Amino acid sequence: MTKNLRVKSSEYIDETNRISFKFNGKTYHGFKGDTLASALLANNVHLVGRSFKYHRPRGIMTSGSEEPNAIVQINPGTNRTEPNVRATEVEIYEGLEASSQNCWPSVEFDIGGINNFLSPFFPAGFYYKTFMWPASFWEKYEFFIRHSAGLGKSPTSSDPDIYDHRNIHCDVLVVGAGISGILAAKNAAKNNFKTLLVEEKNELGGSTIFENNEFNKINNKTPSEWLKKEIEELKNIKNLGIKTRTSVAAYHQYNYLLARENLTDHLEAKDKTNKIRQRLLKIRAKKVILATGALERPLIFNNNDRPGIMLSSAIKKYSEFYGVACGSKNVFFTNNDSAYESAMSLYNKGINVEAIIDIREQSESKIVKKVKEAGIKIYWSHSIVDTTGYKRLNSISIMKLSNDGTSVTGSKISISCDCLGVAGGWTPAVHLYTQSGRKLKFDDEKKVFLPNQNTSEQISVGSCGGDFKIDEIIKNLNQKLKDILNINETDLDSIKIEIDHENSKRNIWLLPSDKPLGKTKPFVDYQNDATAKDIKLALREGFRSIEHVKRYTTTGMGTDQGKLGNMHALGIIADTAGVKMGELGTTTFRPPYTPLTFGTIVGRNVGKFFDIFRRTPMNDCHVENKAEFENVGQWKRAWYYPIKGETMHQAVQRESKAARESAGILDASTLGKIDIQGSDASEFLNRVYTNAWSKLAIGKCRYGLMLNEDGMVYDDGVTTRLGENHYIMTTTTGGAANVLGKLEDYLQTEWPELDVYLTSVTDHYATASLCGPNSKKILKKIIPDLDLSDENFPHMSFKEANIGSIQCRIMRISFTGEHSYEINVQASYGKDLWKKCMEAGQEFKITPYGTETMHLLRAEKGFIIVGQDTDGTMTPIDLQMDWIVSKKKYDFIGKRSLYRSDTMREDRKQLVGLLTDDPNIVLEEGAQIVSELNQSPVEMLGHVTSSYFSPNLKKSIALAVVRGGKDMIGKKLFVPMENKNINVTVANPVFYDEKNERLNA
Amino acid sequence: MFLINCPYCGERDQQEFKAGGEAHIVRPKQPTELSDDEWAEYLFMRKNIKGVQFERWNHVHGCRKWFNMVRDTSNDEIKAIYKMGEKPPSQ
Ligand SMILES: [Zn+2]
Repeated sequence: MTKNLRVKSSEYIDETNRISFKFNGKTYHGFKGDTLASALLANNVHLVGRSFKYHRPRGIMTSGSEEPNAIVQINPGTNRTEPNVRATEVEIYEGLEASSQNCWPSVEFDIGGINNFLSPFFPAGFYYKTFMWPASFWEKYEFFIRHSAGLGKSPTSSDPDIYDHRNIHCDVLVVGAGISGILAAKNAAKNNFKTLLVEEKNELGGSTIFENNEFNKINNKTPSEWLKKEIEELKNIKNLGIKTRTSVAAYHQYNYLLARENLTDHLEAKDKTNKIRQRLLKIRAKKVILATGALERPLIFNNNDRPGIMLSSAIKKYSEFYGVACGSKNVFFTNNDSAYESAMSLYNKGINVEAIIDIREQSESKIVKKVKEAGIKIYWSHSIVDTTGYKRLNSISIMKLSNDGTSVTGSKISISCDCLGVAGGWTPAVHLYTQSGRKLKFDDEKKVFLPNQNTSEQISVGSCGGDFKIDEIIKNLNQKLKDILNINETDLDSIKIEIDHENSKRNIWLLPSDKPLGKTKPFVDYQNDATAKDIKLALREGFRSIEHVKRYTTTGMGTDQGKLGNMHALGIIADTAGVKMGELGTTTFRPPYTPLTFGTIVGRNVGKFFDIFRRTPMNDCHVENKAEFENVGQWKRAWYYPIKGETMHQAVQRESKAARESAGILDASTLGKIDIQGSDASEFLNRVYTNAWSKLAIGKCRYGLMLNEDGMVYDDGVTTRLGENHYIMTTTTGGAANVLGKLEDYLQTEWPELDVYLTSVTDHYATASLCGPNSKKILKKIIPDLDLSDENFPHMSFKEANIGSIQCRIMRISFTGEHSYEINVQASYGKDLWKKCMEAGQEFKITPYGTETMHLLRAEKGFIIVGQDTDGTMTPIDLQMDWIVSKKKYDFIGKRSLYRSDTMREDRKQLVGLLTDDPNIVLEEGAQIVSELNQSPVEMLGHVTSSYFSPNLKKSIALAVVRGGKDMIGKKLFVPMENKNINVTVANPVFYDEKNERLNA
Repeated sequence: MFLINCPYCGERDQQEFKAGGEAHIVRPKQPTELSDDEWAEYLFMRKNIKGVQFERWNHVHGCRKWFNMVRDTSNDEIKAIYKMGEKPPSQ
């Protein structure tokens, strides 16, 4: 295990900077520039995980974000731990710890591995089938499944890192910094487009940066040499922003993209502190150039998943970029020329290549000749039929392929090897393209799905657009750039290309074995352990839609979304069902392209910033008074003010008595306030409220009820006429924004002829409501020169006055039934107003009360709260508020609906009072009401909407909606609860001071 | 996330807007003259088209103005935007 496979120095690896890290508890060394995967491979560690269903040993398969197997838990047991991280994307740093997932007790000895031998019992759809079998079986499976399922562990303590969001606007966004992305970005920026280039890796250049096939030349240089110079030049270009370690997760309509920029994941713990870890970039681009490249496909053959079996391109990258040999006895298995490039890359570094198995009959390209000259054995028209080695590949057996590719013949040859590179061709990474809502087309020659559409807002260039060879790439890129940027010339016009042409292709989605399919394990989706067998079983069982097969077999449903095997799955389905791949279509690629952390999604909106909240200008006074707060909409409202360890009930009883016996004060600043002006203001109010407004005198207040067009109560509040053409409307706290929106809607769309202007002034005023028999005396102390007599300042009227130098608007209105004043001042004087009232009220033991007491006091009076006693199905008639519905007005919002046959039914739910026979029992709000106890099932007549113990009446009171309740006064009903039935009597909803005598007390 | 060209403010992100249902449904001038069925037609019946649809939108976190939009609901392409009271563009 300690064998060092570092074979050559690489400019991307800093060998002077040795880094130690732990994997599964054991310490290893790597160098600055290594990924966890490359460092493990350099230490000859291939076995890194167990598969999800069968717990088969799995090794590192790729070198990028498409990795299905090497999924690890980073820094386990710490508050920075992160599950499901691809080892191929983790840059190592001093102190990094990682561990395998989905194995117990260890990756070397995993009890779940028994599933592999039980696999005949885990066919496709196993999980679904367990639901269908006798119900009692599920409990047995559940225990088993819950213990073996699940990838990784989420952290248990809060995340110590900071996350951020940023909006970015640019002319051109280029996604992917391979050769196409770099050239696209360079030309866009040079032509004065504000350009952003994003790349998920930490280095620019993509795969071309280690492309050393001597037969491919750009301007007489190897592609890698040439591209390095181009990258150097990017530094001097204006208008160009470059973000590395930045992965585009989602591509939405109208060129809106989300990307995750990784800022500190590659740093040591001590360097992470107080820095932003990841940033979500919200990018709005005028034009998007997708240069996301292509992913190499594996080949699907029996036991194709052993540790040591990797993508051919990954082996090349580990050798060229990281200077790591993935094995000491290497074999390649291919259907195209790219494996020959990988083989030569190893050969040139003195790494042993045993053989190349090629399913084609021959290839005449220069690179193939070179391999022959190097003396590497090539097996043409051969396929691998099996592999051996449990925790690490140790041999393969090959046989001759039949002409039609469906069977194998001849004798079996065994080749000993410890690493197998598979090359099944290239799949364009079209994920982001399809996320943007556009369609794919199937290219029969290249056997790939390609973007079907290049527009003036978006193009796909390079291999994600279906161009795999450098000459094709440059030629098509040049034309596409000219089209999208609307330019006549580019840097690319003068480029000279030499290319080694590949001339033979052979594509077989499922390679045959000498054993029947049922006895083999050709994996299609490595992460979810779906094999070609499972897909064929699903088809036999009648599944046809690709979306159904996907869900039934779980193919493509892992955290990698099946980036490697999706095309094979489609190919196998098409071949088996006898349809064309183009007709089959693909499954939907959904965001995110690679997983995002919750932190990145939430950004700064954590803790107290999780949700917006609003505080009133008097908030400090309530905090000083030790109020408990409740959330009403976004507002933090004082709920009650407990003193000396009072419970909520005790506090509310005390506050309620004080308000009726002497004086109380409530912070009413949260009520919505809309300033209404214009020559048609009165007419406007006539149309939006159910009652009449034209005759309201200046300086008078009126309660109004607002309906929806369907006749249901929408909002209520008091509106005051300040002048001939000037009103101020109050709304409920929660309804303020919606009421304003609704009024604007009618004004702008139905009645544009009305001269009315609406302004929200909720935040501009602070409101204290003084209430109780001593409220008048207190107000007199504050404003001695204001005549408070009933003649000058009667109930439902308004005065302007000054408290010292502070201007205020005072309404004599009441929501408690007591003599009350609502005093409004400019918001910044709110605290001052509150303090003045408290000071002046001291001799009357003025008691601040919260929303709970306010609710209790109004319930004693039978006043409704919209949203508590109504639920969008109550008309004013249902609420027994016929008195407020004008019969004379020709029209108002909702009027016609009050005369629909349904709204005129006598047996609708109507608002009533309820009194419990035992005055000490307080009903539960929401409790159901019935008329029969001995009947089952029994009709629910309605439910309790508001319920309190009234300290002023010394008994329990409740409001309820009851079917036909209006005619039930005095009737006995029941409220059945879990362990008792409560006897109640229907009553008039006004419990206290029915004659309203206290208003003028 | 659409980019919506408010006729009063210019291009803004969709999150500043609120959709307001089908456009060009005029509130009857004389509701009391209508039968229950006719009133219900106005009140409840809305189209839900796959394809080109005329909609009301409100720049609720901006200028608060209502306007009309023609949108293809199958691909969310916004075909036209015009002010309240203006004639809808012909197909
Ligand atoms: Zn606007």
